[in-house]
Amino acid sequence: MNITGAQALIKALEQQGTEVIFGYPGGAILPVYDPIIDSSIRHVLVRHEQGAGHMAEGYAQATGRPGVAMVTSGPGATNIVTPIANAYMDSIPLVVITGQVPTAAIGTDAFQECDITGITMGITKHNWLIKDAKDIPDVIAEAFYVATTGRPGPVLVDVPKDVTQSMVEWHDCPTPDQLDLPGYHPVLEGDPEAIAAAARLLADAERPVLYVGGGVIKARAIEALAELVRVSGAPVVTTLMARGALPDSHPQNLGMPGMHGNYTAVTAMQQADLLVSLGARFDDRVTGRLDAFAPRAAIVHVDIDAAEIGKVRKADVGIVGDARHVIEALSAASAGLPRADLAAWWATLNDWRERYPMIYEPASDGGMLKPQAIIEKLNEMSPDDTIVVSGVGQHQMWAAHHWNYEHPYTWINSGGAGTMGYAVPAAIGAKAGQPGRTVWAIDGDGCFQMTAQELVTARSEGIPIKVAILNNSYLGMVRQWQEMFYEERYSEVYLSQDLPNYVMWAEAMGCVGIRVDRAEDVEAAIEKANAINDRPVVIDFRTDAAEKVFPMVAAGASNDDIMVHPIQQAGA
Amino acid sequence: MPEPFSGTTTHSPITHHILSVLVENKAGVLARVAGLFSRRAFNIYSLAVAPADAHERFSRITIVVDAESAPLEQVVGQLNKLINVVEIRDLGSNEALERELLLATVHVAHDERDHLLESVADAGASVVDVSDEAVTLTLSGTPTALNAFEAMLAQGYPSREVQRTGRVALPRLNHSATQA
Ligand SMILES: Cc1ncc(C[n+]2csc(CCOP(=O)(O)OP(=O)(O)O)c2C)c(N)n1
Ligand SMILES: [Mg+2]
Repeated sequence: MNITGAQALIKALEQQGTEVIFGYPGGAILPVYDPIIDSSIRHVLVRHEQGAGHMAEGYAQATGRPGVAMVTSGPGATNIVTPIANAYMDSIPLVVITGQVPTAAIGTDAFQECDITGITMGITKHNWLIKDAKDIPDVIAEAFYVATTGRPGPVLVDVPKDVTQSMVEWHDCPTPDQLDLPGYHPVLEGDPEAIAAAARLLADAERPVLYVGGGVIKARAIEALAELVRVSGAPVVTTLMARGALPDSHPQNLGMPGMHGNYTAVTAMQQADLLVSLGARFDDRVTGRLDAFAPRAAIVHVDIDAAEIGKVRKADVGIVGDARHVIEALSAASAGLPRADLAAWWATLNDWRERYPMIYEPASDGGMLKPQAIIEKLNEMSPDDTIVVSGVGQHQMWAAHHWNYEHPYTWINSGGAGTMGYAVPAAIGAKAGQPGRTVWAIDGDGCFQMTAQELVTARSEGIPIKVAILNNSYLGMVRQWQEMFYEERYSEVYLSQDLPNYVMWAEAMGCVGIRVDRAEDVEAAIEKANAINDRPVVIDFRTDAAEKVFPMVAAGASNDDIMVHPIQQAGA
Repeated sequence: MPEPFSGTTTHSPITHHILSVLVENKAGVLARVAGLFSRRAFNIYSLAVAPADAHERFSRITIVVDAESAPLEQVVGQLNKLINVVEIRDLGSNEALERELLLATVHVAHDERDHLLESVADAGASVVDVSDEAVTLTLSGTPTALNAFEAMLAQGYPSREVQRTGRVALPRLNHSATQA
């Protein structure tokens, strides 16, 4: 059967199980937009290519399936570079298709030409430039396989216009075992000897901590983790990328570690005699000053990416493998072993938990709204399986702490890259992938202004997300640093609470807009938002700009120098 | 510019490491390898690349890495993640058989060449081109031999142009059964 390269591309995407493409057309990708009309794949027309990328990421994080985005050459391609970088940092499976100028024009500075494979070489797992339409099924199969296996990540396929316009005889996409990838062999099973050694370390440790990262989420290792937690009796910290990997209500869950981690999670790692790192990567936001991080801890490091082991902190036992497989094997190897008594360790931890809970000063009567209280209220009034998507800043840290994550895949944020503007489009992608679930974007006023136009997409495509703007009129996180480390010299961080008018803006984009100034109106507003399911809702919560995120470890400081909330400092 | 490599890997402190990297011979593969080194702040001392099989399906890249810029396991680990990298061999100083090629054009008048030609013969180098003003020499051998030859030229002949290829390397054979 002879078809066009464009038809072959869409057919290949269908064969790879693509349900939805987030995209934006243009000259070089035009041929591919024709067969989309006849395809079973849903196309979501975004309002900016960055939105397409983040939607695909949100879709992937909410469903576990690869997100697919398609854009044109030149500016279309460069507009999606930020989401690709974001997906690379957070190991999100993402397949980006870019149009390219015709092969004969490549290298001539043709209209809308740019070297997107060169630009994205350092921020993709791999990328391809297709030079012949007959390669399309193979390259697309390789792209999906590489994006979703091993350590997941973004891939990019650049397709010149003459390739999609040419005629080609169709052949089915190869299956994974038929792929010609001699240099790519992801490992699933860990080395049994190393696993046995890790099990012995874990059994003998008196102050162990299971350091759980995003890899556990990616590997769908939730049940395996629960079993290891049960078998080991050890405390658990869940990083920013792993919130929900173990229910927050689980008594062994200490919460989130790191620069804005809670006191007990941070200090438990500092005092541990063993850290068992499961799909985490000793990010600087977790370790603080590296030479002062967990100084007495032996390290077991489990990661599917061999290059992560020993990259930051030397591992006493390194295990390369898929988190689910390795954790299952570790539980099995641990089962019969005599265990050290953890009672003293738990007594210490519980004492810290009691003395240093996550707290904030409640609003005074008639005072400004407290962002933490709003998040708690949202949590209380939302279904148990609500998906929370955040931007980057103070609101992100509060959303990570003050919402109780009881299920995996319910917390979506930009961790490694810290990409402002992530929330709205990622929430749209999450809702497109999980239409039956409530999706709340918890956003900052600064972040909202970066990508809010995608609410037009949400309205026109019938993707009714809900957005809570924690409007503190500031680039709050930057303001907090200027307050604490630059002697309150505030430079270029004020945004204004009224400009833009968020309610009018929301309404203009076809959403319902609600503004809340007073504590007594919070519940009613959330109730109203929860009742609307035919269009997106935006609530502009006017929050207290003076509120800061605590605890905090200053950049470059040791985690031992964690600053708790001023109320707790006074009481200590 | 990195410092010139001095001496054999056996005699000098081991600051350089030789990686023999088999890659799929696909468009952009050299850029991927080189880009990885610069992105991760690993320093390349020298790099040589050529097809490794008759079908040109694979190429072999011999990279001399400045091992002080990054732990070798990191370099190898990150390289291994490149989809087109098929195999990496870390050739430790004792296991590597290294060769390099040098071309040198030396400006020296006809009647002053005797001494130079003597040295060329001594070093096992040869003359590949001659004009009234200059001779072009070539020498292939160990990096040490090339270093010595270069040093000799530097002493006697201020006007010269030297080009080296960077080394290629393969593991030494197992000599236990035969004679070393
Ligand atoms: C694209 C991008 N630009 C700049 C930054 C630096 N940055 C981090 S947080 C922040 C402020 C975010 O402000 P807002 O969205 O209002 O959130 P808040 O901290 O006030 O909750 C800035 C500017 C970033 N992370 N991403
Ligand atoms: Mg703000």
